[in-house]
Amino acid sequence: MTAFTDAQALTKPAPRPLILRRPTKTTGVWSWFTTIDHKKIGILYGGTALFFFVVGGIEALLLRVQLAEANGTLLTASQYNTLFTMHGTTMIFLMGMPLAVAFANYLVPLQIGARDVAFPRINMFGYWVVLFGGIFMYSSFVLGGAPNGGWFGYTPLTSTPLSGGALPGNGPDFWAIGIIFLGIGSTTSAINIIVTVLNMRAPGMTMMRMPPFTWMALVTSFLTVFAMPIITAALIMVFFDRNFDTTFFLATKGGDPLLYQHLFWLFGHPEVYILILPGMGIVSEILPVFSRKPLFGYSVVVFSGIAIGFLGWGVWAHHMFATGLGPVAISAFGLSTMLIAIPTGVKIFNWLGTVYGGAVRLTTAMLFSLGFIAMFTLGGLSGVLHSIVPSDTQQTDTYFVVAHFHYVLFGGLVFAIFGGFYYWWPKVFGRMLDERLGKWNFWLLLVGFNLTFFPMHIVGLLGMPRRTYRYDDGMGWEVLNQIETVGGFIVALGTLVFLVNIFYTAKRPKTASADPWDARSLEWSIPSPPPEYNFADIPRVEARDDWWHRKYTEDADGKLVRLPTGGAVDEAEITTTHDEHGGHGIHMPSPSIYPFIVALGLPLMGYAAVFLNIWLLIPGLLLVLFGIYAWGLEPPTEPEPVQVPEKVGAS
Amino acid sequence: MTAVEERQPDLPVISDAHGNHDAHTGSTNAKLAMWLFLSSDCLFFGAFISTFLLYRDRPGQEGPTPGDLFDIPFTSVTSFILLMSSLTMVLALAAIQRGDMRRFRVWIIATVLFGVTFIGGQIFEFTEFSREGLNIDTSLFGSSFFVLTGLHGAHVTAGIIWLLSLWGLSMQEHMGQGDAERVEIAGLYWHFVDVVWIVIFTVVYLVPT
Repeated sequence: MTAFTDAQALTKPAPRPLILRRPTKTTGVWSWFTTIDHKKIGILYGGTALFFFVVGGIEALLLRVQLAEANGTLLTASQYNTLFTMHGTTMIFLMGMPLAVAFANYLVPLQIGARDVAFPRINMFGYWVVLFGGIFMYSSFVLGGAPNGGWFGYTPLTSTPLSGGALPGNGPDFWAIGIIFLGIGSTTSAINIIVTVLNMRAPGMTMMRMPPFTWMALVTSFLTVFAMPIITAALIMVFFDRNFDTTFFLATKGGDPLLYQHLFWLFGHPEVYILILPGMGIVSEILPVFSRKPLFGYSVVVFSGIAIGFLGWGVWAHHMFATGLGPVAISAFGLSTMLIAIPTGVKIFNWLGTVYGGAVRLTTAMLFSLGFIAMFTLGGLSGVLHSIVPSDTQQTDTYFVVAHFHYVLFGGLVFAIFGGFYYWWPKVFGRMLDERLGKWNFWLLLVGFNLTFFPMHIVGLLGMPRRTYRYDDGMGWEVLNQIETVGGFIVALGTLVFLVNIFYTAKRPKTASADPWDARSLEWSIPSPPPEYNFADIPRVEARDDWWHRKYTEDADGKLVRLPTGGAVDEAEITTTHDEHGGHGIHMPSPSIYPFIVALGLPLMGYAAVFLNIWLLIPGLLLVLFGIYAWGLEPPTEPEPVQVPEKVGAS
Repeated sequence: MTAVEERQPDLPVISDAHGNHDAHTGSTNAKLAMWLFLSSDCLFFGAFISTFLLYRDRPGQEGPTPGDLFDIPFTSVTSFILLMSSLTMVLALAAIQRGDMRRFRVWIIATVLFGVTFIGGQIFEFTEFSREGLNIDTSLFGSSFFVLTGLHGAHVTAGIIWLLSLWGLSMQEHMGQGDAERVEIAGLYWHFVDVVWIVIFTVVYLVPT
């Protein structure tokens, strides 16, 4: 962090009229508002997403308490609607996507040997839009009604105008505008990651040498770029239906509510892969390290990830089998859904092949990854059931579906993310998370998760409908629902253990070495936490798992032999040399306040749209325009002092 | 920097965070990002165009039909003007690449004027349709027509503001030959908006009901 101050002290930014002074501090609270360091932005994303994970979890617990007994009385019907809507919306847009972006932001430049992302300021903008989008949506609780039409927002329920009175309050407006904001944020960060991966890889880092997480982040980013505009279009139509009396989705005026479902799921199914592919990438990083084997069938893992990315666009109507699309359409989508199970299944065998015969170390990160494989496979199996149309028609709108997607998203994404936390925490913060608490964390989550969601398969098959705030007694669902609620609280306890672990770890000294797990990819070749400029000198990559090959070689019998430390760069040398080196001559992009200002204008414009109030629109618009112009006029990097040559060795 | 070079002289040393303009794709970061944004925008317009095609001929709609309203010769002229703006955009880019700032300003203003003319034509057309009884809440055709073409008009307007900003910067001598890429990227956006209009003009106006 201090590496930079020398260069900056010498830099005297030329005064520019009409523009705020360029921030220069890279430490302190204020620096978090202006930072353009991809690592800090990654931490911001992670912290924000964890906060919303807790919020969404509390909402889920309220739902579980309500359902613990027949005719629950904790929540009214409309409170229940609001809570399940916000639980889903939060977990997908404010927890899942930002957490995946947090990992991608932090790790992709480190894994490909770059000093930052392609667009540091746009990166910062994306974060602020996501945070403000979340605050905007949650502010609806005190500003005239929270979203209450489900995270899917089916029309005409959500698109009926206020005068039509289908749903009370401004909830659907807040929801539509909020999702559009979150879409803007995730699209900008996705474009950023794609350009970074395609254009900024270190010499020798060919595409097929990239770590699997970077690959999955790339595929995910492409999905985001193409999926978000579709939901944006659909939500604009919903907004116009509600506020300007258009009739896109009003069946009474000839509109087609099914069109909304097509548009929503054309976004919504790729969205499922946007959430799960980063998890697959994380697991593909962790399993080889703790099995001390290379990833089994690297290219197959990569290509099946790409195949999932393509096939994910051809399966959306399996969310709509019960809507009467006709036998040809549902047969086609049933088949394509079965097809997408193939690359997914291939990956599962790749992971098993990686662990098989390896020198397995059961660290917390490894446990979470193994848990991921098991839970995700269960979720995948119930998913295959849904591709069989008659079976799906029976299960539609029951808790069986709820069980399925929680196995995929909680058992899949969340387990992978927790594994990623334990694995990369020492790299990010220089402190190892406590392994003993970690084991408690894992087992509590695993047991709690299965107690919560496995019985949902059964109550679902018994016919318990989802999205319903209470059920009559005597249906035979009470005991299973009570078990689910107990499981929900065990999950909460497991999460609490994780939070305790974070605070416990933060109090302890920074002792993590650069490469505590004896890992394989480039981020472990630099100190923990990494210096602001990441790599003192850009590495030249010569192999897949380059860092591993700099540490180990094979003898004549094919046994691993550690190279003498002189042959590679040993850890002590890294930490000291870099500090001496002190970042002199590495010219990093300068901090900027304008991404924050532009993002601040958006929620104002959002309130203007919800309340159709021009007096909110004007300041919002002015703020956005001022921010954009000032942003455009300031150089990405402030000019460097003359003593240091601007570009050394650049091609 | 020297410390590193002594330690590992064989490694290429790149000192700027973004100095590594290796550009593996052969396209600069900014241009690649613009292409990605435009590909995303394709899906955005795609959704509205599909909606329009689905709704235009729904039976039982109130109000005027496309056949009653569309004035093909008039819209052909405004479409032609918008297409010509792409030509002037190309000329503006060529001028700044040569370093000919005077011609650059002429061509960029010509592009802006063509764009403004197109928007003027659209406003005229909207008021005319409204006078003849087609509003955004009249029918599915009205809803999907006005939202689709209105959003396209918003894109054109944003492009006009962008080009005017470039023109303003060049007037204040803030831009020169070295900034040709900024113009090229604005040009990519401008051409894209034109291409979208060709699609809209074809499927909305020309394809018979």
